[in-house]
Amino acid sequence: MNFAPETSIDIASAVNRATAPSTEAKLKVEKLNFYYGDNHALKNINFDIPEKRVTAMIGPSGCGKSTLLRIFNRMYQLYPGQRAEGSILFDGINLLGKELDSTIVRSRIGMVFQKPTPFPMSIYDNIAFGVRLHESLSKAQMDERVEWCLRKAAIWEETKDRLHTSALGMSGGQQQRLCIARTIAVRPEVILLDEPTSALDPISTSKIEDLIDELKQEFTIVIVTHNMQQAARCADITSFFYLGELIEVGPSAEIFTNPREARTRDYITGRFG
Amino acid sequence: MASLARRRATDYTVKAISIGFAGLSLVLLAWIIWTLLSRGLPALGPHVFTRITLPPGAGGGLLNAIVGSLIQIGMALVIGTPIGLMCGTFLAENGRGTHIGNVVRFVNDVLLSAPSILIGLFVYQLLVVPFGGFSGWAGVVALAILVIPVVVRTTEDMLALVPIGLREAAFALGAPQWKVVTMITWRAARAGITTGILLALARAAGETAPLLFTSLGNNGWSLNLNAPMASLPIAIYQYAASPFEDWVALAWAGALLITAGVLALNIVSRLVLAKMK
Repeated sequence: MNFAPETSIDIASAVNRATAPSTEAKLKVEKLNFYYGDNHALKNINFDIPEKRVTAMIGPSGCGKSTLLRIFNRMYQLYPGQRAEGSILFDGINLLGKELDSTIVRSRIGMVFQKPTPFPMSIYDNIAFGVRLHESLSKAQMDERVEWCLRKAAIWEETKDRLHTSALGMSGGQQQRLCIARTIAVRPEVILLDEPTSALDPISTSKIEDLIDELKQEFTIVIVTHNMQQAARCADITSFFYLGELIEVGPSAEIFTNPREARTRDYITGRFG
Repeated sequence: MASLARRRATDYTVKAISIGFAGLSLVLLAWIIWTLLSRGLPALGPHVFTRITLPPGAGGGLLNAIVGSLIQIGMALVIGTPIGLMCGTFLAENGRGTHIGNVVRFVNDVLLSAPSILIGLFVYQLLVVPFGGFSGWAGVVALAILVIPVVVRTTEDMLALVPIGLREAAFALGAPQWKVVTMITWRAARAGITTGILLALARAAGETAPLLFTSLGNNGWSLNLNAPMASLPIAIYQYAASPFEDWVALAWAGALLITAGVLALNIVSRLVLAKMK
């Protein structure tokens, strides 16, 4: 963990983000408003996501945390009637503008969903599908890439002898790690995780949490979770959303032990939500 | 307790009526199949498959009708399947909740339930009258028009069963929509779509009315789609109404062949579905 000293600096910058924006911000949300038709779902969000850290978004159902996650990779643009105002700077480029094509945005900002979503094809092809969209690799290079991302997702040992069998035959936990592997295979810079363990048993959940810890050395991770222990365990930074507003953001240790806002305290102690 | 006895009595009565009617429909089906087999099997022989229509008593067969049917149905599928597949895909992937989507879906439903003789008349006006004669092509187009709405409907229904999450997962990897559709949703729905095409094939195979006004039928040997073309349903229609015993026997043989073919298609489509699950 050679980045340990940097961690404290980064947390400090995240705490001071309002006055002194971190230069390490991978995603910079500015004056973001989001609408589902007439429903104003996110209200004036200002928020920095630091690079190569795990940022958790918590809050009761309907608070807008998943909505924000789906703006980061422009998923909302698949649905007419959903619209975003404001800006999200990704390495200085506005994600909400027309500069970047959605397919490029999504190759650089990957996403793993709540339910495992293996494609109806072999384990190998599940991974190759995403890679082939953006790169043309030789057979040997592709084999190498598949092994690399399956190892990263800690599922290589379980799958190396059945790479060409259907991914639908795997357990739920394995499928979810395959989905993570598939996302990593495209080599994104940011990985968005939308309640990635809510459909999994405790053992699979702890495997995925260990994995998140590993992955933050290379990737910027944003995770939406309903599980506050999970946020406390995995996230460097935690943000609390309520009714479409960002109530509080700071180092997880601080949010979970000494929140500034009464609403945050009420939520994490289980008084509502 | 009396009420319990009454409820049991009601239960038995309703059960008996249900079983009775289920039995009746099975008996009718068995009767049809028995009649087909008892009249069709004796009429089947090598000559049915090797000889074309000959004068009564000359030992003719159904070769021209079988080949004509295969050609016309095959071409109708080649034309109708891509159109139906694309249209069904549009309805499922882009047309949900849009005005044009609703219009297309409504028109397709009308087409699905349109009497097939109307389709025959439509193609008669469209292709037979202006081009000066009955032709295999006109039959092909009429059958294709029958195939399209079945394929559209099953394709849309089957694609609608593919979870949104699967599409989103593919989009999230940076796939453009055409790749999401062709490589993920079609693949996920392929068993159902294949079944729909087989069912459309089965429907087209048994239709007589659309062919009466289009390909007409042909007692000679012809592979020319620009000329009138024979087909099994028309041959059955023509032979069954004739006063000659051997022609009537051929009609039964033809009916048995079509039924066996449609049955085989239905069994194959069920096997395909079961295997995919």
